[in-house]
Amino acid sequence: MSVASHDVIIIGAGIVGAACALACAREGLRVAIVEAETIGGGATAAGMGHLVVMDDSEAQFALTYFSQLLWQKLATDLPADVEFESCGTIWVAADEEELAAVKQKKVFYESRGVPAEILDAKSLHEAEPNLREGLPGGLLVPSDAVIYAPCAARFLVEQAQSRGAQLYLPAVVTEITADGVRINNGSTLSAHWIVNAAGSWSPSLTPGIEVKKRKGHLLITDRYPGYVKHQLVELGYLKSAHSFTSESVAFNVQPRRTGQMLIGSSRQFGVEGREINSAMLARMLSRAEDFLPGIANLSAIRSWTGFRAATPDKLPLIGPHSAREGGRDNLFLATGHEGLGITTSLGTAALLVDQLLERPSQIPVAPYLPSRARENVHA
Amino acid sequence: MTSASRNFDVLIVGAGPAGMAAACCASENGLRVAIVDNNPQPGGQIWRGASQSSAVPEAAPWYKKLAASRAQVLSGTEAYDHPAPGKLLASSPGGVCEISYAKLILCTGARERFLPFPGWTLPNVIGAGGLQALVKSGFSIAGKKIVVAGSGPLLLAVAAYLREHGGDVRLIAEQSSWPRLIRFGLALAFQKEKLAQSFALKCQLAGIPYKAGCWPVAAEGNGRVESVTLRSGNKTWKEACDYLACGFFLVPNVELPLLLGCELRAGFVRVDDFQQTTIPEVYCAGEPTGIGGLDLSLVEGQIAGHAAAGNREAARKLFRERDRSRKFAAALGRAFSLRDELHSLPADATFICRCEDVTLARLRNHSCWRAAKLQTRCGMGSCQGRICGPAVEFLLGWKPESVRPPIYPVSVSSLAKNISIESQSSLQEELR
Repeated sequence: MSVASHDVIIIGAGIVGAACALACAREGLRVAIVEAETIGGGATAAGMGHLVVMDDSEAQFALTYFSQLLWQKLATDLPADVEFESCGTIWVAADEEELAAVKQKKVFYESRGVPAEILDAKSLHEAEPNLREGLPGGLLVPSDAVIYAPCAARFLVEQAQSRGAQLYLPAVVTEITADGVRINNGSTLSAHWIVNAAGSWSPSLTPGIEVKKRKGHLLITDRYPGYVKHQLVELGYLKSAHSFTSESVAFNVQPRRTGQMLIGSSRQFGVEGREINSAMLARMLSRAEDFLPGIANLSAIRSWTGFRAATPDKLPLIGPHSAREGGRDNLFLATGHEGLGITTSLGTAALLVDQLLERPSQIPVAPYLPSRARENVHA
Repeated sequence: MTSASRNFDVLIVGAGPAGMAAACCASENGLRVAIVDNNPQPGGQIWRGASQSSAVPEAAPWYKKLAASRAQVLSGTEAYDHPAPGKLLASSPGGVCEISYAKLILCTGARERFLPFPGWTLPNVIGAGGLQALVKSGFSIAGKKIVVAGSGPLLLAVAAYLREHGGDVRLIAEQSSWPRLIRFGLALAFQKEKLAQSFALKCQLAGIPYKAGCWPVAAEGNGRVESVTLRSGNKTWKEACDYLACGFFLVPNVELPLLLGCELRAGFVRVDDFQQTTIPEVYCAGEPTGIGGLDLSLVEGQIAGHAAAGNREAARKLFRERDRSRKFAAALGRAFSLRDELHSLPADATFICRCEDVTLARLRNHSCWRAAKLQTRCGMGSCQGRICGPAVEFLLGWKPESVRPPIYPVSVSSLAKNISIESQSSLQEELR
């Protein structure tokens, strides 16, 4: 048997693959990154780039918080075009019932070390004067941030390359073989480990994993500096984000450093085409207008769609495929991050490397192991 | 804001010569016909302002025909989305309107190509057609020193117009060479009317130096353009100017055809003999099918109008005339093709995308549009790549990406209002 050309092959140079490549290269591993199109060109490019700590489950919290801390540590090294902004998130309550949930949310975050501040109607209005009059309040989580993710992915790849990682681009992996990958130009790469970090494309290379495409729409406005100052998300967001079947929209607006605003979000399953669905876009924007009535008159310059890699329990798959029935012991997964891949990329990379090197991790890995998926789906 | 819904047998987008001709012919057959156009008056770029004046004699009969026809002109209306087959969404002075059609004729025209060179973003360096449009809307250039530079017959028309309106046109710099232009002149000579037109133009231009094989390499000035450096052969020199009016021939407006799914060939909309695109019930006429100028636009518009109205016989009778005009168009394209030296116009530090301040050096780090866009945001500003796209295609050979709605910036509410009755009710549910 020939000597492997690499220690690890990472399939996909989205933000997750890029982070995994850097984490492996930092350990001195010989890394190959294989990317079909462009760095950060999939969900990384389509998404908002919100670095957010989530509270919908303990496991989600653990991974997002762990990752958030890693981003904060990295922040000073990030080049200007990554546009790291600690703008914070305001979870906006639409009514008194949701305001009650704000209080629980604050307790959840603060008891786990994440500062959070309840905004009453007046302070919410002061913080974001363009929000609709009469909103009862919200929760400010100041440590959340935003980045421009395609440049972040490129930065991570460059950092990995400076530590010896090799980038194969454009190179489409057509098959994961027993000891490596086959590429569309007919060549093969071999390695000790293979990591499938191909996001919503990952099931085409590793059939049977429970990752589904979940389509989303986004829109960007012209430049209106200061129109919103925080990432604004409706508190009801989780309701829509959590449905694994239906179509949904939720209010989610992000200020960019350019003064532009990203307006989201929509979720659809079972849709393959990339085209804009005008009715879905309209629902999403109507929802946003409901919270920010003044945006109706602002100029919209571009819309697009993308596919999130969604799993049934909303948690990513990080770890060996082997623990699954018929799985392979040299094949690892780092996929299924849904709408949180930008945030959780750094945490994912840390957990992956710990598993490759068989050492303990800073947070428990069990909730993310691919082997858990089958038992938990219907739990 | 109120939404309106309208329904037509034949809908035409663009009220330039091709669109006007299409509307006249389609409505001969008693159908409900409308043109949507983003300008206040029909006429497009070439006949802008001609509806109220007799200055453009060849336009007059078409304005008369259009007025006599029953075609509706929806002015100030801009189609920005194609939400479903047979429907367009447009923004209009009265708000968003949904326009339904049985047949659609795309007459979206062309725009000037800009090539970036050091200093091209200085104030008063402006598109040649753009400066003409400004003057048409009342902007004064009396006594101002103007250099007109770039490529194409438009430069002559613009120079003549600017001069007529008091501009001190110092020079017309045409990048194409004399030998090419002479071959084009010979092609012209076979068409009597063209010869008369160009002769008339020549009289108006008398005394303005016309240099072929000459192009701008830099614009200089403090806060605004004060001079342009020109090159001809090995020679470079400075010409003082208050305005530098530039345009390097034309590029077709294919955003709406692409949004509808029409196939392109070599950058132009593919059509059959009846001007039908690869999408059934969608026709295209004028510059988007190939830059050919006024006569070709008019005849293609007529063919498309007849064909869309089901009168293929009337359309067929115009094929020979179209063939003649196409020969002229082909000669035009050869005469004004861009010379290789223009590839080196921009310096590394020259902005290619002026919306997002992206330099050539930053673009060169990438291998394709998509990567460059994601990493530099080139072409992602408010013009959506309409200016830098053709320049990048010429300089780096990158083909444009897919087109998505809105094809023009529109208000958020224009996109939020697109809700059909069915989804409206489910939205109500969702909002509780």
